[in-house]
Amino acid sequence: MNRIKHWVKSFTLWELLLGLKLTGRYLFKRKITIQFPEEKTPVSNRFRGLHALRRYANGEERCIACKLCEAVCPALAITIDAEPRDDGSRRTTRYEIDLFKCIYCGFCEESCPVDSIVETDIMHYHFENRGENIMSKPMLLAIGDKYEDDIAKAREQDAPYR
Amino acid sequence: MLVQNIVFYATAALLVFSGFMMIISRNPVRSALFLVLAFVASSVLWILLEAEFLGLVLVFVYVGAVMTLFLFVIMMLYLDWQHIRGGFVKYLPLGGLIVAAMVGLMIFIISPNHFGLLLPVEHGADYSNIKELGEVLYTQYAYPFELAAVLLLVAIISAISLSHQGKTKNKTQDVSKQVQANPDERVRLVKMPVEKKQ
Amino acid sequence: MWNDVLALIWIVIKILIIVLPLMGAVAYLTLAERKIIGYMQCRIGPNRVGIRGIGQPLADGLKLFLKEIIVPSKANAYLFILAPVLTIAPALAAWAVIPFNQDWVLSNINAGLLYALAMTSLGVYGILMAGWASNSKYAFLGALRSAAQIISYEIAMGFALVGVLIAANSANLQDIVLRQSGGFFHWFWLPLLPLFVVYWIAGLAETNRHPFDLAEGESEIVAGFHVEYSGITFAVFFLAEYANMIFISALASIMFLGGWLSPFEGVPLLGSLFAWVPGIVWFVTKIAFFLFLYIWIRATLPRYRYDQVMRLGWKILIPVTIVWIVVASLAVELHVGPWFNY
Repeated sequence: MNRIKHWVKSFTLWELLLGLKLTGRYLFKRKITIQFPEEKTPVSNRFRGLHALRRYANGEERCIACKLCEAVCPALAITIDAEPRDDGSRRTTRYEIDLFKCIYCGFCEESCPVDSIVETDIMHYHFENRGENIMSKPMLLAIGDKYEDDIAKAREQDAPYR
Repeated sequence: MLVQNIVFYATAALLVFSGFMMIISRNPVRSALFLVLAFVASSVLWILLEAEFLGLVLVFVYVGAVMTLFLFVIMMLYLDWQHIRGGFVKYLPLGGLIVAAMVGLMIFIISPNHFGLLLPVEHGADYSNIKELGEVLYTQYAYPFELAAVLLLVAIISAISLSHQGKTKNKTQDVSKQVQANPDERVRLVKMPVEKKQ
Repeated sequence: MWNDVLALIWIVIKILIIVLPLMGAVAYLTLAERKIIGYMQCRIGPNRVGIRGIGQPLADGLKLFLKEIIVPSKANAYLFILAPVLTIAPALAAWAVIPFNQDWVLSNINAGLLYALAMTSLGVYGILMAGWASNSKYAFLGALRSAAQIISYEIAMGFALVGVLIAANSANLQDIVLRQSGGFFHWFWLPLLPLFVVYWIAGLAETNRHPFDLAEGESEIVAGFHVEYSGITFAVFFLAEYANMIFISALASIMFLGGWLSPFEGVPLLGSLFAWVPGIVWFVTKIAFFLFLYIWIRATLPRYRYDQVMRLGWKILIPVTIVWIVVASLAVELHVGPWFNY
């Protein structure tokens, strides 16, 4: 009996017709496309995108060259050189992130004791030349300066859960 | 008439050229492709003779199936090029002898008195070569035709019995068994009660 | 002399009348495919170029036209360039025997069906040569797969055509259509239903379309026989594939759905209501139906495994066609009406 049923089913292409019915129904369903450059999907405040170095409100850079981020980075993407500054405080002379190595895990941000290195929610960026993948300290600071308001807001939203 | 003449001479030249190139090509794949070209050209000649059925059968049996399989095999073969290219002088006397014998035979059999200048009868547009051929095949030549069919059948069966290794010898999956598979027998969907939040 | 030349010019004009709309149809078939598959996946498909993406095929064509043709350094350059030409030539040449309406046919030859079969079987050479000349393992594997598949399904397709031949008692496509006159239920799809289905499945396999697109098999062999092709040579392969799709659809509608005949023929009220519609409109509608089916199946079915493709072709489709050829011959012999009572 089962064999006959299977036989009839396979020769009437029953399962194929079921499949066609399914796709046929989807043909008339509401479309959920988002028109990208004009519309965007919402981004979480925990999104880990392009890196930035933050400053305090008085303009002093936060980074104290503790090298915790360099140590924790699983992809070895961060390179830091440090020297005492003229006023005696310990500061970085070089802070570079190789974005080709970076896996955007967010450990650097987690490890930072002064909330200096952060990952912003910027995800649409590109490089046009060789070498542009290495973000130097001024570049990171510039990003931090430019998006400080967004960064601070995202941190504040996430603060209760940390 | 002019167009037909042009087509005839062009395809005849193409036929001779491709036949020649087939022999002298060093690369066997190119030889096979020139043979294909020769088949196509000769099918054009058949069609010019109003034998469109034979011409088209030539295309889709020889060009479409047989030569494709040929190419298939030639492309997958590992060929020792140096070995093939050598030995031209060594085989020249024997080859020349065979060619001379073939040409002599052809001149003897297809001598000019068989040719004549009689043009084949031209038929109207409603003349069906297929019907004509069918009538001849199934009346006058019925026995040879059936014999050829039986011969082919025997060849098919013997080819299968030669290459068939029996079921136990290979480890391939049995597709019909896979197709018969029933999700109900393989997957057991278990309903679990929802866990309460602590 | 001059008559011959004039006749030749007239033939060239007729060829252009067939080929140019065909090329347009191919271009917009790609758009239709992307749109329909998009809709079946809850997307909207291309909509940026022109109004609702209407200019997309033109933009794609322009892009492919301007790109560089890269010939791999170890490829057989001559055959590499020749292969796309050999793919498109039979795909276009096959259209010579398609009747678009009563007497609207370029070449009304008696062996039209055989000619169509011969031309579809020639298309495999371009693929085989492309795969071999590229000197790439993926291309070669794709070509071998494609060739084996096309040869196997050609047999099933040929047998399906033999069934039509028996039913119509003619190999002339125009005669085949006229034999089906008398309305929707007089067409051959009903008495030859298994052959119709087999023909359609074999047609999918012949054109290397889903679910039989093992020649391309993105997940296994990148893009199959045309991995190494770029620019206009790639575009030509694409054109040939879609032209073949339209051709298989046209042949299916001629053989099983009565070509240019109206489906309402013989129906009391509707028949006279639709009598003014020119035959070519019905023909194009039927082709469009089959093309939609092509795309619908592509959006529905996953790709076959290779041994399954071979099993389906040899062990299922061919026996089915042989059985139904016997049935069809019996039906013709016994003059089963309304199809065979002549």
